[in-house]
Amino acid sequence: MTPATFLPIIIIALVFASIGNSIGGIDEQIEEPPIIGYIDYDNSNLSKIATTILDLTSEVVYNSNDEQEGLDAVKEKDGIAFIIIQENFSENIYNGLPGEMEIYWIMKGAGILDSISSTVFGEIINEIDKNISRELIQNDLEVNATTVLAPTFRNETTYFKGVEIKGLPPEDISGILSQQSTLIPIVMMMIIILSGSMVISSMALEKENKTLETLLTLPVKRTYIVAGKIIASAVIGLILAVIYMLGMSYMMTGFYNMEDMSSTGFSLYLSASDFFLIGLSVFVALLAALSLCMVLGTLAKNYKSAQALTFPVTMLTLIPMFITMFKDFDTLPLALKGVLFGIPFSHPMMAPRALIFDDYMIVIAGIIYMFIFALIMIAISVWIFKTDRLLTGSTNVKLKKFFKKRF
Amino acid sequence: MATIEVKNLVKNYGEVEAVRGINFTVNKGEIFGLIGPNGAGKTTTLRVLSTLLTITSGSVKIMGFDLEKDPIEIRKIISYLPEDAGAYKNLTGKGYLEFIANFFDPKTVKRMVEKGIEIADLEERINDKVDTYSKGMKRRLLVGRALMIDPKLAILDEPTSGLDVNNAQEIRKIIKNTAKEGTTMLLSSHNMLEVEYLCDRIALIDDGIIVEEGKPQELMTKYKASNIEEVFTGVVK
Repeated sequence: MTPATFLPIIIIALVFASIGNSIGGIDEQIEEPPIIGYIDYDNSNLSKIATTILDLTSEVVYNSNDEQEGLDAVKEKDGIAFIIIQENFSENIYNGLPGEMEIYWIMKGAGILDSISSTVFGEIINEIDKNISRELIQNDLEVNATTVLAPTFRNETTYFKGVEIKGLPPEDISGILSQQSTLIPIVMMMIIILSGSMVISSMALEKENKTLETLLTLPVKRTYIVAGKIIASAVIGLILAVIYMLGMSYMMTGFYNMEDMSSTGFSLYLSASDFFLIGLSVFVALLAALSLCMVLGTLAKNYKSAQALTFPVTMLTLIPMFITMFKDFDTLPLALKGVLFGIPFSHPMMAPRALIFDDYMIVIAGIIYMFIFALIMIAISVWIFKTDRLLTGSTNVKLKKFFKKRF
Repeated sequence: MATIEVKNLVKNYGEVEAVRGINFTVNKGEIFGLIGPNGAGKTTTLRVLSTLLTITSGSVKIMGFDLEKDPIEIRKIISYLPEDAGAYKNLTGKGYLEFIANFFDPKTVKRMVEKGIEIADLEERINDKVDTYSKGMKRRLLVGRALMIDPKLAILDEPTSGLDVNNAQEIRKIIKNTAKEGTTMLLSSHNMLEVEYLCDRIALIDDGIIVEEGKPQELMTKYKASNIEEVFTGVVK
């Protein structure tokens, strides 16, 4: 047992602790009163039950009669919902019909933690239903049982990333988006770890089986040796990625009926060109991962040490996987945004959500970034191949002297 | 033109000076032996000449090509056999020879493989996986690999290391015959009898410096020794 045995575990603990702190506490979000606005056109005793509950449980930033002004006020105050209680709210209920409440949701992100506020506010709306039901029962009003049990009807519209989605609350949108974006992080992790460990192990086995020296004295450029090893692993990774992409396409067309979404006014599904961009993003991420693994592979002394060297790559796939699961890129603190963008494997994980909302810029920027990252890693690998490091574990003495003199 | 020209070659590993300014020349078709105690700098010198390690200072020219400027050209004309070299275990002996031959001129692949098979002399076992070979068989295959390409310069680090008498003798014969065909040989060995039998000239290296150089017979006369082992112990006290 060496310090190196514990080091990975300590790093994992520290990384996840810092992610947790950066993202913020769930308790705080639950306890914090939701910021809302409302208009009560009905002004009846039943609508007053609703507005009283809203006043008591929420931070109301607008309570007047201008719908657009109200919606803007909620958006400006970073609120989560704007409610309009329609004029015939009470009348409908007394006539055995559900009273209509229009709810305009301001959705901030599609991660698990992003939807906490809207879930809390959903519970407040349920509380309104319960109190109206109680009022109807206590006053022994002649209303049919169905209306007593469900006295209100919600007409919901969600605003997310500048898009208006009719008929769906944030939870449903999060659900649909997570169905489409959960598989990519998992498959990315599998592909990268599998192909990455192949590259690292191939270098380790060259050293362990004493074939490296022969390979390096053959008349072939070091760049070709590096490229050969990366391409061989990339082909296997690409085959895995293609299988995954096909599986995903079939799952999408098989499980969900696209026509069901026509009433929302916006498609929450990926198009063929979106799939192409995701495929490209996955491929470039794979290239970046394998190039990084090549650099790590040069450090491997034998097969055993190669196993340990896959750890940083695994971590770099796990971190974005967890972050994107809990939070949207847009709702992350700036520091975490930087971390997420800096990790090349984050980009294919973020791509599906971004593409659904036509945010092509971040996807294309990610692809360019990953490509540059891969080129830098390949250049470092080739440089290491040209130094003594591969055989002796240290770089050129001239370089060391250079740094010694200057720093 | 000499095949190898080494001038004031220095190779340091950090603060450790492995080779401290050695000079030697090897002519075409010569078998030149580097002998010395463990850690003297033999393997480092051979690795530098094989383009595996960078030079700290000094210069090396092989067939007129500068080691620092033209490593790719040098790799086309040399063949290096490391002391503890291995072959890809999942390949057959023949498959391994074909794999290596494919790094050279595609027109010569078939001829190279045939020559490699002939040198290795593993009979039908050449079609078995390397993983099933004995140490001697593996070494023969690697010698076959090193010499099948008809290198201008073969650099052999302890070519008979760990082999039994019969296998070692076979490999010495192969080296001798290949040199007769015009390949220059630079080898290192701990086996003084081997050096005496094989080498046209030898250099005794100790603590990174060449302390003596010459033909085996001349050195034996100079040190009034009956064999190279006595020369070696006389010089490296």
